[in-house]
Amino acid sequence: MSAAPVISASSLDLTFQTNDGPVHALKGVDLDIGKGEFVSFIGPSGCGKTTFLRCIAALEEPTGGTLTVNGMTPEEARKARAYGYVFQAAGLYPWRTIAGNVRLPLEIMGFSRADQKARAEKVLDLVDLAGFGGKFPWQLSGGMQQRASIARALAFDADILLMDEPFGALDEIVRDHLNEELLKLWARTGKTIGFVTHSIPEAVYLSTRIVVMSPRPGRITDVIESPLPKERPLDIRDTPEFLEVAHRVREGLRAGHAYD
Amino acid sequence: MRSLGPVLVVVAAIVALWYAACVPMNIHTAVTDAERAGVAVSPDGAAVRRDIGALRLALGNTHVWGDTFAQEKPRLPAPHQVAAELWDTVAMKKVSSKRSLVYHGWITLSATLVGFAIGTVAGVLLAVGIVHSRAMDMSVMPWAIASQTIPILAIAPMIIVVLNSVGVQGLVPKAIISAYLSFFPVVVGMVKGLRSPSPMDLDLMRTWSASRGQTFRKLRLPASVPYLFASLKIGIAASLVGAIVGELPTGAVRGLGARLLTGSYYGQTIQIWSALFATAILAAGLVALISALERATLARMGVGR
Repeated sequence: MSAAPVISASSLDLTFQTNDGPVHALKGVDLDIGKGEFVSFIGPSGCGKTTFLRCIAALEEPTGGTLTVNGMTPEEARKARAYGYVFQAAGLYPWRTIAGNVRLPLEIMGFSRADQKARAEKVLDLVDLAGFGGKFPWQLSGGMQQRASIARALAFDADILLMDEPFGALDEIVRDHLNEELLKLWARTGKTIGFVTHSIPEAVYLSTRIVVMSPRPGRITDVIESPLPKERPLDIRDTPEFLEVAHRVREGLRAGHAYD
Repeated sequence: MRSLGPVLVVVAAIVALWYAACVPMNIHTAVTDAERAGVAVSPDGAAVRRDIGALRLALGNTHVWGDTFAQEKPRLPAPHQVAAELWDTVAMKKVSSKRSLVYHGWITLSATLVGFAIGTVAGVLLAVGIVHSRAMDMSVMPWAIASQTIPILAIAPMIIVVLNSVGVQGLVPKAIISAYLSFFPVVVGMVKGLRSPSPMDLDLMRTWSASRGQTFRKLRLPASVPYLFASLKIGIAASLVGAIVGELPTGAVRGLGARLLTGSYYGQTIQIWSALFATAILAAGLVALISALERATLARMGVGR
């Protein structure tokens, strides 16, 4: 990673003031993410993985340390359309068609009508939803809805894709399929992806790097470089290399006293 | 149409109950009339009968039951009497006639619609303000709630008198009382509707750097539509009540409220009941109209299924 990092955090702190005293959601987080990396954040609830993602997206304000996205503050990066965000729920508007939902950020950002249409078609094709643009969200399965929400995050060509447990609410079969699709999408587009998950196999299967976090205070306990090749069929999950990485992640989680 | 059977059974039960109630309600008059006409009744003498319960009197004079359904000024008119009066005053009179219920209905309806329009616009504007400004939320909402705890019958005459003293009469005061009743459900429903988007929906808007105006137009407003329609249904019924209440304290001579009032002055119970039914039918029609509008709008938005 010789080029400047896309996302750079150093001694990042975020403390929430609550009625029960301060809660250290993030403490001393140092992390650089390079262009084109697929970085997963894993850890138990309260470890700050989602909070860290929200800081990158300028949805939360850090209380200490520095955080830059494309060399800018998160706020500036957002205005420069640096990232697309995918939440756990698809969050599609029921009164808009799938294509209408994908066009929504484009409308807000002031793209021309013709451009909106072309981009919506392109990204729906990218997530294998070509021909579903005219349908309403309730006419699609949960997995398809989540794919539409990924298309929406891709529509305005952000370099970074931030995903907060995007497949957490889906069943395992659909999830496997979407994981495979996401890897293909990543290979085709070369986006930098930050991915929050609860699932060890999902993190190991998808990532080039796995960030293991632990709670109270929320901090990074281990960063694991994946030795797996970029080309990953689903059955790679049965190889010794895969199991080795998964084992290290599990050890990392245990070392963080995550399950006390 | 499977539900038609049960519906008809319930309607028949209500009508039967109503007829049954007419007998004891009107029996005293019926017996007195029969006695005057020379028919034997038991017991004799109106003064004696006054202390006898209606049910006992009815059971002792089954031969005069027929008259309890056919009096000119019954305590409780029978269903067919009300229906006949409704038919007579709705269909058989020219709509410009002072005796036509269509004429009186239109007077009340016009005030209702104007009041409903004012109430809806005011309610929506207040809701938008309340959702966007914490100061308005804290300051306006308590007053809106307080306004609805005041009995409308107490405040209606004052509105009429005050407006009359500045030369405003006729439709406008009634419409204002209508609006006073109908803005509240709209405020409550719209505030809930505009706040219905989840934190995640709002976060999404933030990640696109959407302005408050864009968030409002593209998220809050469409999300509030189902809530708005629920409120409008309550609001239009409340508007009609407001318009009628507005007709009562002035001794108005036109409108459904006036029909109720003159009916009670002259003991014309049949007229009162037919005006009541006209009001109920009008209210049902208005609510049905809003429902149809709701279905059409939601279907157009794609959320109606």
